[in-house]
Amino acid sequence: PPPPQEIVDPQKTAFLLRKAWTLYSVTPLYRFHRARLRDYARLLSAFIAAEKQKGLAVEVGVELDVKVTVSSIAELRGSEQDQPAVLVQLSSRSQASSRSSEDKLVWSGCFCSVYGDDLSENVLEGFTCLPLFLTHGAESYTSIVGRWFQKTFDCCFRRLAISPLNLSWMVAMWAGSKLDRAASAVELVFSVPRLRQPLDISYAIHPEDAKELWDTVQKTPGEITQEEVDVFMDCLYSHFHRHFKIHLSAAKLVKVSTAVASAHCDGIVKLLHSQYFLGVLMILTELAISQIQ
Amino acid sequence: HLATSLPLPSERDHLRPRIDLIVFMIDIKSKYSLKNVETSLAYVDASFFLGKVCFLVTGVGRLNSCSVETNVICKLGETYNSPVLFCELELEGVRVATAQRLLRILQICAGYVPGVSALSFVSLMRNSFDY
Repeated sequence: PPPPQEIVDPQKTAFLLRKAWTLYSVTPLYRFHRARLRDYARLLSAFIAAEKQKGLAVEVGVELDVKVTVSSIAELRGSEQDQPAVLVQLSSRSQASSRSSEDKLVWSGCFCSVYGDDLSENVLEGFTCLPLFLTHGAESYTSIVGRWFQKTFDCCFRRLAISPLNLSWMVAMWAGSKLDRAASAVELVFSVPRLRQPLDISYAIHPEDAKELWDTVQKTPGEITQEEVDVFMDCLYSHFHRHFKIHLSAAKLVKVSTAVASAHCDGIVKLLHSQYFLGVLMILTELAISQIQ
Repeated sequence: HLATSLPLPSERDHLRPRIDLIVFMIDIKSKYSLKNVETSLAYVDASFFLGKVCFLVTGVGRLNSCSVETNVICKLGETYNSPVLFCELELEGVRVATAQRLLRILQICAGYVPGVSALSFVSLMRNSFDY
C-alpha cells in the first residue's frame, strides 16, 4: 500500500496521543448504519444503565450517571476503501458535585481500519469492516460495550496479542523513523523464561544509534523485508552478548518502545507521535485482520 | 543421547554407538535455538542428510510467543533435504504422538523395517509435505 499520509486535521485524532490503548480484533459489523450513531448512543446508554441495575458494572463509589457519545472520525482511515473510524466515549457527571457540570471522560473505544483492504474487499453486502478496536478505561466498561456491540451487530471481539516476531518488526520500523526533534531512547524489554523468579531485561539504545543501524541495514527506502529486520535484531543481540554474555535471542521479547510508539505483547500500545499515527495503525490493522482470518 | 550443540566432544568418540538419526530441535519461541541449530548443522557429515536427519519444531501451540518464522524453518528443511515435524511439548497427547513418530523414523533409519530405507522414507515424507 502507498505510504500513509499525515492526518489532515490532527485535532480530531489528538485523543489517541499518549494513552495506553488495549487492542482487540473485531469481526465485521452486520447492519451498522453510520446515520444512526445517535440512536446507537442512546441504546448503549440504556443498556449500560440496565446492566448497572443488575449489578454487573462493578465500580464501587459514587453512583455515576454515564453519558454515551458515538461519533464518526472521517480523518481516521488509510485509503478510500477504509471505513472511517467510529469513536465511542463514556463520560460521567458525578451527582455529588452538582456545581461542576463538567463531564469526565471515563472510557473511550475506537473502531478503525487503516489500509484494511485485505478484509474489506472480500466482505459480503451489509457488513462494515472496522477490524481494529482500541480501548482506554476500566475493563468493566469495555466488557459492557463489547457485549452490546456483539449482540447488536453480531460481531466478535478478541484480545489482540503481539508476538515477539511482530514486535521486532515494529521496533525496526519505528526506530528507523525520521524524527524532527530529540527522540527518546529505543527500549526493548525481554522476559527470561523458565527461571524460579521472573527476570526482565531492559535494553535501551540511543535513538540516533538505532536509526543509524537501521539505515545501514535497509536497502530500499519505503520497503522492509524480514531479512532486514533479522539483521537489525541480530546486531542488537550480538552487541548485547559481547558486553553481557547473555543471548537475548533465547529470551522472549515482550515490549518495545520508541519515540513513535510503544507496544507490549499483551496487546497494549501507546501512540506517541501524531505524524506516525496512520503508520502505526496500519500495522495494528494488519495484525487484527490476520487474527480474524 | 541429548546434546545442546554440535560437534559432540571428541573425547568420547570411541565409546559412542553408531548414530542412526539426528533430530534437531528448534523452539519457535527462541531465535537462539534456530541459530544454534544452523551452526551445528555445519558439523554433520553429508551422509546423514540422506534421511538420517530431521527437524523437530516445538512450542507451536503458542503462536503468540513466536520469535521464529515458520517458513524459515521449512526452507531449512528443504535446503537440507530433511523432514520438518511440528509439535507442542506442553500437550501430552501431541508429545506422545510425536515421540511415536520419531521412534518409527528411528526404526527405519536403523534398518529395522524391511523394505523401507531411510532415503526412500525421506522422499515419501517430502512428497506428502509439498501437497
